[in-house]
Amino acid sequence: MKMVEAIVKPFKLDEVKEALTKAGIQGMTVEEVKGFGRQKGHTELYRGAEYSVDFLPKVRIQILVSDEKAAKVVEVITDNAKTGKIGDGKIFVTSVDEVIRIRTGEKGEDAI
Amino acid sequence: MKHMKRLLAVAALGVALGIFPTASGIQAQETPAAGEPSKMEAPTGTPPAPAAEAKKEDPGAAPAQFTQELMEQIGGAKVAMDTMWTLIAGMLVFFMNLGFASVESGLCRAKNTVTILAKNFVVFAAASIAFLILGWGLMFGDGNPFWGTQGLWFVGGADNSPAMGDAYKGVYSSINWTGVPLWTKFFFQLVFAGTAATIVSGAVAERIKFGSFYIFSFLMVGLIYPVVGHWIWGGGWLAKLGMFDFAGSTVVHSVGGWAALTGAMVLGPRIGKFSKDGKVLPLPGHNIALATIGVFVLWFGWFGFNPGSTMAADAGAIGRIAVATNTAAAAAAIAASITAWMLLGKPDLTMILNGALAGLVAITAPCAFVSIPSSLIIGLIAGFLVVISVLFFDKIKIDDPVGATSVHLVCGVFGTLCVGLFAQDHFTPNTTGNGLFFGGGAGLLMAQLAGVVGVGAFVFIVSLVFWKFIAATIGIRVPAEEEIEGLDIGEHGNVAYPDFVTVAGRGSALIDGSGKMVGSTAPYGARELSKGTV
Repeated sequence: MKMVEAIVKPFKLDEVKEALTKAGIQGMTVEEVKGFGRQKGHTELYRGAEYSVDFLPKVRIQILVSDEKAAKVVEVITDNAKTGKIGDGKIFVTSVDEVIRIRTGEKGEDAI
Repeated sequence: MKHMKRLLAVAALGVALGIFPTASGIQAQETPAAGEPSKMEAPTGTPPAPAAEAKKEDPGAAPAQFTQELMEQIGGAKVAMDTMWTLIAGMLVFFMNLGFASVESGLCRAKNTVTILAKNFVVFAAASIAFLILGWGLMFGDGNPFWGTQGLWFVGGADNSPAMGDAYKGVYSSINWTGVPLWTKFFFQLVFAGTAATIVSGAVAERIKFGSFYIFSFLMVGLIYPVVGHWIWGGGWLAKLGMFDFAGSTVVHSVGGWAALTGAMVLGPRIGKFSKDGKVLPLPGHNIALATIGVFVLWFGWFGFNPGSTMAADAGAIGRIAVATNTAAAAAAIAASITAWMLLGKPDLTMILNGALAGLVAITAPCAFVSIPSSLIIGLIAGFLVVISVLFFDKIKIDDPVGATSVHLVCGVFGTLCVGLFAQDHFTPNTTGNGLFFGGGAGLLMAQLAGVVGVGAFVFIVSLVFWKFIAATIGIRVPAEEEIEGLDIGEHGNVAYPDFVTVAGRGSALIDGSGKMVGSTAPYGARELSKGTV
């Protein structure tokens, strides 16, 4: 099983979610995060004192998939989250050791 | 209201019969209101003659008992209107406490929200009691040029308000110029005292111990504020010198401002405000929406603060004062917008908000004495001053999280001096005379300056002593770990926004009467394993 973790621009969340559900994905977790990569921030003033806005708002989407589906999910996210401008984000694919459904106790692929 | 209807009916009849022109010939007591042209005549003390048919001795004279009753009704109606206006205005000023609470908590960090709200809340409670017990008496009691000595405790001195001027018999003669009852006077003056005390809470925010602030508030309203108030409004030495402060740029705002300054000085800056090499670092507020709500509330409340200080339903004055107040606030907001835009590159809303407040503070002393165009100029200058001030206090390493010193101290002083510059005698005759810009010479300005310096020296020194005393006894600043964690937990054990507070024993609280977990079909504690591997 794979955890596909995507960091995308916040306004792209709706598109990505719709495309994923159309592609048959039944669940995901979403959180608001902040981050930066090579997209630089800038400095601002608060009451005359300088501060840097380096961390930009992003959205992190986490989807658990079976190994076979991982590549497809990456493709769907990439197609829908891309704007072509700097700061589009990244996707991380990691292996997952175990998955458990809390309500029933199911494990493994049954729990996805 | 019964009196009002009767009054109107009698008035109509009186006009028809031509009684009114002869009314001035009838014996009635006329008491002068200080500075305000008196349109009504105060009632006499004698009861009306029995209701018998009036005998007209000459066609022009009015029946004596008829007119006497009329006079008393008019007088009673005046007292009622004055009282209603003064009380409602006082309630507007009370409401400003919400404004202060909102501005301060909005401009500070979320982890200190509870403690800032708590300070703004209890300060009014402390003020209410301190002013009741001693503050009123020290401020308005007859006494020496520096403080009252009569009727000190619990507003208990002899008093026959609403009698005015020469008819007044009591120990609070400095405030006998207003024709409202004693408790109305007290209530109105109390909310002003509360305002002075709550100004302090902004400058000491995010690092002061709650108890220390509580104690200081009692000292502030019980001692510092009333003594200064006595000098200017209680018939003391500054009043005798000819200093004028209509609604309190000095009495309320600069007093609060000086005490805020010394508090911030004794406390020292917040952790993280100044870097090791002296750079000013920002600590942005957590809720600018709340801060904006607060400033709107304060602006609204100021329509009680300034026009209410006539303590009379003086139709000629209160609308003009309200417009002067609003004009100064608006002009100052605009000036602050432009100043921030030019100096800092973008129009920082927190600076604009401070700007409006600066205009309001600055117009507070002169509002009854100056023209509307003058109030516009006063506002423009105040809006510019406050932005410069905020940057200045940061530069000299005084950490004021909300700009209280810039708004209330600097603009309070400025507004006080503006009386000496912009006053025009005809607005409130026989009070200020003309200021420097209107041909009155520098005399008034000198009196205002004496007030600024005298009050400044007194409040600076006394508040400094009080802060130092508190610091030396129970301490004044929270420990560093607490300051970093946030005072909400350290001082109050509260979390303002408890997203992740966990509670031991919560599980057992979620079992319903039949032993099931609330919201589930499973009995609490049972495990059902699904088909499949364990």
